[in-house]
Amino acid sequence: MNHASGQQTGNLPDINQRNADWYIDKIVQYLVFLSGISAIILIVGIFIFVTIEGFGFLLEDFSFREFFLSPWWEPTDDDEPTYGILALMAGTASVTGLAMLVAIPFSLGSAIYVAEFATGKTRETLKVLIELLAAIPSVVWGFIGLSIMNPLIIDLFDVPVGLNILNAGVILGLMAAPIMTSICEDALKAVPDRYREAAEALGGTRWQVIYKTVLPAAKNGLLGGVLLGVGRGFGETMAVLMATGHAINMPSSVFDSVRALTATIAAELGETAVGSPHYQALFTIGIFLFTITFIINLTADLIVRGIRKS
Amino acid sequence: MASTGIIENQFLETELNVSAKRTETLFKILFMFMAGLLILPVLIILTTLVVKGSSMISFEFLFGNPTNGMTEGGIFPALLGTVWLVGVALVISVPVGVAAAVYLSEYAPDNWFTRAINLAIINLAGVPSIVHALFGVGAFVIFFGFGTSILAASMTLAVMTLPVVIVATRESLQAVPHAFREACWNMGATRWQTIRRVVLPNSVSGILTGVILEVSRTTGETAPIMFTGAAFFIPVLPESVFDQTMALSLHLFVVSTQVPHVPEALPYGVALVLISMVLLMNSASIALRMHLRGKKKW
Repeated sequence: MNHASGQQTGNLPDINQRNADWYIDKIVQYLVFLSGISAIILIVGIFIFVTIEGFGFLLEDFSFREFFLSPWWEPTDDDEPTYGILALMAGTASVTGLAMLVAIPFSLGSAIYVAEFATGKTRETLKVLIELLAAIPSVVWGFIGLSIMNPLIIDLFDVPVGLNILNAGVILGLMAAPIMTSICEDALKAVPDRYREAAEALGGTRWQVIYKTVLPAAKNGLLGGVLLGVGRGFGETMAVLMATGHAINMPSSVFDSVRALTATIAAELGETAVGSPHYQALFTIGIFLFTITFIINLTADLIVRGIRKS
Repeated sequence: MASTGIIENQFLETELNVSAKRTETLFKILFMFMAGLLILPVLIILTTLVVKGSSMISFEFLFGNPTNGMTEGGIFPALLGTVWLVGVALVISVPVGVAAAVYLSEYAPDNWFTRAINLAIINLAGVPSIVHALFGVGAFVIFFGFGTSILAASMTLAVMTLPVVIVATRESLQAVPHAFREACWNMGATRWQTIRRVVLPNSVSGILTGVILEVSRTTGETAPIMFTGAAFFIPVLPESVFDQTMALSLHLFVVSTQVPHVPEALPYGVALVLISMVLLMNSASIALRMHLRGKKKW
């Protein structure tokens, strides 16, 4: 067949001829594919390398009961080191919880305002401001907690220490809110305009349209945005390290200092000997953090994909 | 007269309309208030940073060495170290990220495998920064034997910010109309020739906005570099990628928590320099994006 077409077209080049361009095209295709799967390689690589470093601990000193149910994190104790992360989990959970209490209503409200009420210049300005807020580095947030929030909390509530759950929760809430606002705004914008037009044609006011039509239609996207915010708060390191007070504590009020899982790794990794049980225990916390955030991100993605299908 | 009154009344708002309108206004004001409350505290905080930090900013501060146990002097080694770290991270992540985006936008079929790649990208962006640090220690510092060096730290940063480049590049590649590609294929060009001569030139500024965004993200990261290559204090400037270095973000952490008797204004000065760099680059990225949106011809 090739032969026949060659005869018909006379002196035109054979279309299946393999010249330099053809080979370059093939090589590029493979190179680009290799880069394309880099994200998968890296995710698997992160899991493997963090697990390898923590593996010795998992085999020897690790006890499920002690690790998850004991509030005593005393890896440097000479007689009998204990590796319980219950208090650290409580620290992370209380700070993230308070942060979400601050961030969820405010980011939902701002997202509705930006997407549905604001128009023209106001809207553009708000969007740019929110994007810039999301860019502030976490170490700067930590510094703000340390040097601005700390004296403020001491003055306002008359407590001895201002580095506590309240401080870190508010800081983390302010950090997560811009990102959640952007994602929630995208979710609201993804609702087709014909939904709004239909509801308006029935005589609904702006708020009735939003409440009865737009919000129900966007609820999966909004939930996904909230979950991503939770994941971000959960994994935040520097701000939490600097603003929580970094004291191991089972918290009983928002004015207690606590210590987070992420912050523990950041504070202690530099002081441990490579390969020691303490070092490996820190990597085990890393495996735990990786697993939790992986589940949160996966769930968020599944929920968001849910709306696209229906 | 009475009949016209009835007709006019038909267009008057009923009590129900009035209360619905009132609810609408109420919620509008509430949400506006919320948006304001989200932004206002941060603006106040930033103003405080500027007020307290600007007294520190001087030529000696920006281009001098830290002296007297980091309680005096400048931040030049940290500034230069950040430039090193960000530069090397870019050299690694931009080619890989752009190539990955080209694959996803131009080659990848719509199947489960491509969905898995997208899921991996989302997850890579969501991995906590401290876990990236652990990965950097396990993989680059120990396994590949780079030691604590600029190379190990930059590679960790590159892994962390790879999703930013991929997502931004993919978006700008997909914004190039499909007809452009078809026209080029009809001329007998190969896929790669089409990408190089038509798709990439038409999306290069969009890619640039993504790269600037990545630079800004990389500049502010602290946790991933703490154990992989950035050090608290090093008296000499780095000479190769195998040296350790100081970094601006870590320097802010160190002077505000680890060093005793630091004058109050010093960390404010460091924070101000760091946040100015980050926000300037972000603003540049946003401005470029808006400029492009206005200029688009298709």
